[in-house]
Amino acid sequence: MTELLVYGIVLGSIIALGAIGLTLLYGILRFAHFAHGDLMTFGAYVVLFLHSELLPWLGIPELRLGALSFGGRMLGALVISMAVTAGLALLIDRLLYEPLRTRKSSPVILAIASLGMAFILRSLIYIVWGPQFLFYTQELRPAWELPLEVRLRPDQLFILVLALVLVALLYLFLQHTTLGKAMRATADNPQLAWVCGIDTRRVTAWTWVLGAALAAAAGVLYGIDAQLRPDMGWSFLLPLFAAVILGGIGSPVGALVGGIILGVVQQVSTAFLLPTYKPAVAFVVLIILLLVRPHGLFGRTT
Amino acid sequence: MDVSGLLSYLVSLAIMGGIYAIFALGLNVQWGYTGLFNIGIAGFFAVGAYTSALITTPMPEGVYATYVEQLIGLNLPFAFGLFGAMVVSAVLALIVGIPTLRLREDYLAIATIGIAESIRLIFNNERWLANGPRGLTGLPQPLRAWVEPQHYNYLYLAIVLIAVVAVYWAIERGIRSPWGRVLRAIREDETAAAMNGKNVFAFKLQALVLGAAIMGLGGALYAHYVRAISPDAFTPLFATFLVWVMLMLGGSGNNRGAIVGAFLVWGIWTGSTFATDQILPPFWASRAPYLRFLLVGLILEAIILLRPQGILGEERLVSKLLE
Repeated sequence: MTELLVYGIVLGSIIALGAIGLTLLYGILRFAHFAHGDLMTFGAYVVLFLHSELLPWLGIPELRLGALSFGGRMLGALVISMAVTAGLALLIDRLLYEPLRTRKSSPVILAIASLGMAFILRSLIYIVWGPQFLFYTQELRPAWELPLEVRLRPDQLFILVLALVLVALLYLFLQHTTLGKAMRATADNPQLAWVCGIDTRRVTAWTWVLGAALAAAAGVLYGIDAQLRPDMGWSFLLPLFAAVILGGIGSPVGALVGGIILGVVQQVSTAFLLPTYKPAVAFVVLIILLLVRPHGLFGRTT
Repeated sequence: MDVSGLLSYLVSLAIMGGIYAIFALGLNVQWGYTGLFNIGIAGFFAVGAYTSALITTPMPEGVYATYVEQLIGLNLPFAFGLFGAMVVSAVLALIVGIPTLRLREDYLAIATIGIAESIRLIFNNERWLANGPRGLTGLPQPLRAWVEPQHYNYLYLAIVLIAVVAVYWAIERGIRSPWGRVLRAIREDETAAAMNGKNVFAFKLQALVLGAAIMGLGGALYAHYVRAISPDAFTPLFATFLVWVMLMLGGSGNNRGAIVGAFLVWGIWTGSTFATDQILPPFWASRAPYLRFLLVGLILEAIILLRPQGILGEERLVSKLLE
């Protein structure tokens, strides 16, 4: 059971990365971004292409990193993928969401557009890579035997550490930079922020960059932990939204806590249920939450 | 292809177009008239199909029972299957609607995705319920004794079209009544509707349940047409997304638009199957379904950006004297 708890925290840190981006988008752009899971998938497959095709072709070596199943090339690929995914999100915003915002379309229309975008991204991944499961590496590394009968793979520790580093960086950014403060102000009250002279276009663009980069990182970390499949992001959509609502929409700290809780609940449920039921477990958590505390743990009742 | 081959192709196209028209009409009640964001159509589709299958098939016996497990097998006539599908689908809508319809509008969307995914997982994993991933086969078809087997699809087409007309007529009646006006008032301005003394939650729940019952009917008609159902058929791409594109293309808030959109998108869908199977080399042909989904996705974005009202647009239901 302790082992499941630890694995749950690892899964939860992946969910948290996706959920923090989703909650920023939800809070600042004010619509439910249903393509967020598929941005995760996109980021993961970009790393697959870089790590096993492009970078080896360019002659970039895989510098081993201790006990991990991958090396420096993977880290380089991760950084590039975060940038590429952020660029894709900006492009989609320019082509699709910005015209809808200018037209003052309702948030539901933007949500439908994002649902369409989710299916478009997934179809592209199916077309390029096919439906089969893929792996970054075939290497098997021995797990560490920790106290309390916990077996932890070095890769899992890496996932947890990297996720925490990214969250910490985001926290510093939001708390201590002018742009971060502008983002929080826009999430609080967009009209007031606009009247105060905050450049909402710039805030919007940075929200996409941060949200998409974190989503890409989440997808890659899931790919390291498990495997890549075109519908992996879709199966994350329910836990992501459950974590966002649990933490209160627009609250990054809430999304972090919500993500960890969802990860632990999903993982511990595998002691009683088939692992394939994980999305359904997230759904049950969500329904209970909506009945008991629809504004989330940290949300305000407005 | 000879004439009779072409004709039977057109008949099968029309049957599926009609079944999708029923889903699009159900979604039109929820989204088009009431503004309810249901993206879990696959869930109601699956529940309708499986319910009717469990009601109309006999319980497996003898050797067969070791291969096929199902919760119940009532062996009742087709009409009971349709009715049961509508009832169970409506109950499912109550379960989703009660916790979510008092909250922000997008919570319903998230909950409907959740119920659709959960239902697919349940049918996939719980073999005792409806035979797990292999699903149920040999679903009975009504009035088979009336016509030659090779002409049966004409009869089934008639059944589907009667259902489409009946659903269309019922929704038109409802939507032109005071009840329908309240739904549209809620869609336009929920607060104003509430201030006029309307119980917004109750009306939304009624629209969700009615739409879901119609989708359950569509699911049952689908099941008895293909005669073999498995959880694979009820994926969000195939069962939810296509229906949304149909309604958005035809025109939300217009029942004729829903029907036109259904036949049009299904025509594009099967027509492009034809094209990709014939033209593309084998590698691409195996990925053709995804090329088609990409095409359908792009069509949806194009409608939202270029013609948000769809082909027909919303029908004006107020007096022409009020301009």
